[in-house]
Amino acid sequence: MTTADLTYPGSPRRVALGWAFVERQTNLWKRYWGWELVWLLYGVVNTLAITFIAREAGQSGVISQEQVRRLTLFLLIGTLIWAYLSAVLDDMSLVIMWERWEGTIEHTLMAPVPRAVHLIGMSVFGILHATARTALILACSLPFFNVDLGHADWLAALLVVVVGSLSLIGLGILTGILPMLYPERGEQMSFMVQALVLLVSGVYYGVNVLPGWLQAASNASPATYLLKGIRSAVIDGHGVAHQGQVLLVLAIFGVVLVPVSLVAFSAAERWARRTGRLKRQG
Amino acid sequence: MPGADNALPRNRFLRTESQVVQSLAVPATAHATVAADVISATSQLALDVRSVTKDFGPPLLRRIARRTSTPYRAVNDVSFAVPAGEIFGVIGANGSGKSTLIRILSTLLLPDGGDVHVFGRNVVTQALEVRRLINRVSADPSFFRPMSAVENLLFFGRAYGLTGEETRRESLSLLEQLGLDERRAREPMLKMSRGQQQKVAVARAFLTKPRLLLLDEPTTGLDPRSKRDVQRFVSDIRRDHGVTILLTTHDMEEAELLCDRIAFLAEGRIVAEGTPLQLRERIADGRAVEDVDMEDVFMTFTGRRLDEDEEGNPDDNG
Repeated sequence: MTTADLTYPGSPRRVALGWAFVERQTNLWKRYWGWELVWLLYGVVNTLAITFIAREAGQSGVISQEQVRRLTLFLLIGTLIWAYLSAVLDDMSLVIMWERWEGTIEHTLMAPVPRAVHLIGMSVFGILHATARTALILACSLPFFNVDLGHADWLAALLVVVVGSLSLIGLGILTGILPMLYPERGEQMSFMVQALVLLVSGVYYGVNVLPGWLQAASNASPATYLLKGIRSAVIDGHGVAHQGQVLLVLAIFGVVLVPVSLVAFSAAERWARRTGRLKRQG
Repeated sequence: MPGADNALPRNRFLRTESQVVQSLAVPATAHATVAADVISATSQLALDVRSVTKDFGPPLLRRIARRTSTPYRAVNDVSFAVPAGEIFGVIGANGSGKSTLIRILSTLLLPDGGDVHVFGRNVVTQALEVRRLINRVSADPSFFRPMSAVENLLFFGRAYGLTGEETRRESLSLLEQLGLDERRAREPMLKMSRGQQQKVAVARAFLTKPRLLLLDEPTTGLDPRSKRDVQRFVSDIRRDHGVTILLTTHDMEEAELLCDRIAFLAEGRIVAEGTPLQLRERIADGRAVEDVDMEDVFMTFTGRRLDEDEEGNPDDNG
């Protein structure tokens, strides 16, 4: 392998090196299938627990049956996208943390893999893993609700998820930095980032109910646009042509966040190499 | 490994202690001969370490808050050179700076001063190229233990640019040489003993065909048989493949059996360096060299016993 082999992002060598991480994570998750089952169960229960709020609102006469159907879809999309988003962020925040737990951090980081390739490989796994988990949660939850998906525009929804996932990768890589900088508290700090995204992005409510300053903060979260675009496509049936603004904002987030996160990760790694933090013990 | 005991006398490093001492009584020792043969094959320096220094200290804000600015110097102006094909030993007590040095050579830690070149490549500015040339075995095997040995090696093989097929074939072959059959290699590593895990770690390091192998106390905590298997493998790969090896160890006998030259590290500094024979001769002081114990040599140069911990930075394991 020469340096030239690794210069171009799409070179077969780079793809093969990135695949090493996808394959490893897949093998690892197969061995941890019990945990995956627990997270799946948690995801289903969480989805049901939150979406039943819509039925309660209908039965107590707070809203009409038409509004119940709309609120059910609104909450269902919120819980599913949150399951997807948190799975991607969790997987990325584990980039360093998991290696520390298992003690492999030094061996993995001294492998001759450009860091960008390493992180993109982990991101690809994160997206595939999150997609599979979310699809299973959806399949397990749908039978509980009477929702009308007949006029949803799935192509537009898919496009929003694909473009939005780029920005999630960037966000995930940024949260993955925290456990490298703070071996003891990094995990909790990455949970805090997730909590803030949950608060400001309108996962279970529209961002218009937030106080003014939090509404301003919601503009800085790519999840806000991701949720807005998918709800618009699935609930209101708006097509790709109607998603232009959302897609543009998500694309800008992705184009900015991915390179910024890669540069930030490299800078953090260099600092960790200087201060001796790239090792098993914190 | 089946039949391992019968095979022992054929290996240079598996001589009895008396054989080792006998060999030291003649000027051209087995060590010197083997080293000369291998080293003469190439004059290239595998490892060139010049004036390397590494400090550890509290973070800047804590230093300001506590008004303390005295970092701990883990590695202090260390210089040495290792020709290609040599086994170079670094011996020191816990906290002497061995592991810090190994981590600098592994590109995982940036030195504060000095330069390190591996086959002419700088470990700081050409880290990716250096990583292709090196691999490492640590005292702790460090694997994804729920995965099997083959799955672990598959990842590391791919990460070093091997194909899946190449990695599977080579992995099974290496593991078999180390006494692990295929059935064992496909079980989760959680089910393996520490000695077996360490053999997988040796296989991982050699799988990628490194030109420089960093062995950081590779036999610490192993039972005698596993230790012997690992030592034999190390000797074989140097003999058969000309791999350059830097070995840190607490085990004087191991160092003497495997190493062509040895450096003693104390408080981050190299306090003595030479072939085992040269080091014995330096402190013989009229005695016959075979009467000089390497433990005595170590104590003379470092002023402490090998099992004595040095006070130092908690970040530094060795």
